[in-house]
Amino acid sequence: MRVITDYFINLGRKVIAALEKTGRGHMLFLKMVAGFDEILRRPSLLVRQLFYIGVLSVLLISLSGFFVGMVLGLQGYYTLSQFGAEASLGVMVAASLVRELGPVVTALLFAGRAGSALTAEIGLMKATEQLSGLEMMAVNPVRRVLTPRMFGGVVSMPLLAAMFSMFGVLGGWFVGVGLLGVDDGTYWSQMQGKIDLHEDIYNGVIKSVVFGVVCTWIALFEGYDSTPTSEGLSRATTRTVVHSAFAILGLDFILTAMMFGE
Amino acid sequence: MTQSRNLEFMVGIFVAAGIVALFFLALQVSNLGTVSAGEGYNVEARFDNIGGVKVKAPVTMAGVRVGQVTGISFDKETFEAVVTLNIDSQYDQIPDDTFAKIFTAGLLGEQYIGLDAGGSDVYLEEGSRLQLTQSALVLEEVIGQFLFSKAQEGAE
Repeated sequence: MRVITDYFINLGRKVIAALEKTGRGHMLFLKMVAGFDEILRRPSLLVRQLFYIGVLSVLLISLSGFFVGMVLGLQGYYTLSQFGAEASLGVMVAASLVRELGPVVTALLFAGRAGSALTAEIGLMKATEQLSGLEMMAVNPVRRVLTPRMFGGVVSMPLLAAMFSMFGVLGGWFVGVGLLGVDDGTYWSQMQGKIDLHEDIYNGVIKSVVFGVVCTWIALFEGYDSTPTSEGLSRATTRTVVHSAFAILGLDFILTAMMFGE
Repeated sequence: MTQSRNLEFMVGIFVAAGIVALFFLALQVSNLGTVSAGEGYNVEARFDNIGGVKVKAPVTMAGVRVGQVTGISFDKETFEAVVTLNIDSQYDQIPDDTFAKIFTAGLLGEQYIGLDAGGSDVYLEEGSRLQLTQSALVLEEVIGQFLFSKAQEGAE
């Protein structure tokens, strides 16, 4: 009898803890968004975060984009040449980058590069009681520390994704046109003929904005909600990357189904 | 102070590079540079069978793209397909007895509408209707006819 009640107590405790965490997460999100006027008052806070979140990720994103584009060029050429359709290489490279790989891979790299750093930073601020210190000085730590980071991430992500796609298209061009001998004019004209500004590019940008919100939100919340010990911090950083990856891939499916499913 | 200026400079470069990348995607990768959708005039053509023509299929004249298909509907009185063609406004001197045919690009390629200019002095304008049309070639029908004629040959 005792075992059964214990089982239900455990189950209930877990469900309540999960609900509480979800609630704290949403409350934090609302507070961060509500702190938007802080950015208007002190734009330098946002600029500083754009540097740490955005600028420092540019090299990683550009290089990854270039390599992903080159691989798409090679693999796409191999498959398409079996049907004698090498002319469509540009379309294939650009469509897969702009619709899927650009936003998704950028977001995954972003979670690893910037998301984990944000969690560690906020978690350490909490562990060393800097956040409580701010509160003692009557400065709201959510508005002052978290909000600029949130919007820094949201602004950075679409820009990074656009760079990723651009370098990917150039990488595909380098391999396809430069090494494998696809016609230069065909590569671009087929691409321009098939890729639609609204259908493909706007939707890709919308995706990356959504991923930007979700990734930064998860990273900041995990840091803010972490247990202030070294172990808690390391767990929070891991959770950021894992949860971000799940959220990105799951949301990507939903967004794709909504946008391109007709 | 210099460090802060440096940081602002880098952020400025970052944002500018991101916007350049977006413009690159919009102008070089997408169809924004090639078609000016919406600017042009609409004409209507009726076909017995449009085969696989879809909205956004190209409309060409002598192989040059002059517009695109913007709407397809079905006339339930005459059982014909009504196709709306949007022709770019720069091509405003197309005779009104132009012949519209449905072609296929390559054996399995997408279908498009080809226009053959007529000899009339009256030009197409918004709302005109193309009278002369030729339906799509449906592969099954062609094969059916071929088999039918072969069978007749054998009977004689």
